[in-house]
Amino acid sequence: MSAVPKPREQLRMMIVDDSNVMRRRIERSQQNERLEVVGTAVNGLDAVTKFKQLMPDVMTLDLTMPEMDGIECVEHVLKIKSDVLILVVSALADKATAVEAIEKGANGFLCKPFTDDQLNEALAELIGE
Amino acid sequence: MLDAEEVRTFVQGTVHFFETATGHPATVGSPYLCIDKAAVVQDYAGVIGISGNREGKVYFTAPRGMLSVMLMCMNETDTGEQNVRDLVGEVANTISGNARRDFGRNFIISTPTICDRANAATAAATTGRSFIIPINWRSYSANVVVCLQ
Repeated sequence: MSAVPKPREQLRMMIVDDSNVMRRRIERSQQNERLEVVGTAVNGLDAVTKFKQLMPDVMTLDLTMPEMDGIECVEHVLKIKSDVLILVVSALADKATAVEAIEKGANGFLCKPFTDDQLNEALAELIGE
Repeated sequence: MLDAEEVRTFVQGTVHFFETATGHPATVGSPYLCIDKAAVVQDYAGVIGISGNREGKVYFTAPRGMLSVMLMCMNETDTGEQNVRDLVGEVANTISGNARRDFGRNFIISTPTICDRANAATAAATTGRSFIIPINWRSYSANVVVCLQ
């Protein structure tokens, strides 16, 4: 008798970007059945506050934001939940910034602008598919 | 003052943005030097302050109709005032942020400030000469303005 496949875990996702257009774009374009968008935040400070309530498994995170930038936000959320998977989605295209984000604990980096396919590939890679 | 190679960074960044984000390519006219910067500000402008290894501003300015159609091409159904203003800032942010690929991480960009025709002087308030990069996209014309010391 063949083993019954274990259902794949559903993952709660939070979108953090100071641009409403970008938040809606990511929410609309992401098509991974395992991901459920449970909240959005408009800057790093807002993200940390909402993160404590929502405790997402996955986060897309802009870097250049008012109040608190994305790099500082990474440090805060990792103290709250060390295994959260973070995809940085930023226009900052220099290698040093991507390296810094990864060194701080982000798990992936997607450069703006991006296509829907590029977003979905980056999210799939983030969650190990 | 920008050199030709640096202007090319912004031209390539602009072309890449339209092709990738909207799925419709833009053509770019010949960049030119401009003194009366207020004259090139259209309905909206997203202004990015630059600091660090360079000082100045980069802004993207476009007519409302163009921004609405860009939103539609991005499958955005809400083409209201808030999203139009948001988009013009996001375009400026993306073009400026992408320029760090060539200028390095000490090319520090601010979050966008959004201006409209009523406060165009704010957008145009830069010292020194500016390069205007004319953009043609579908039936619309817009400008990227780069003023860097």
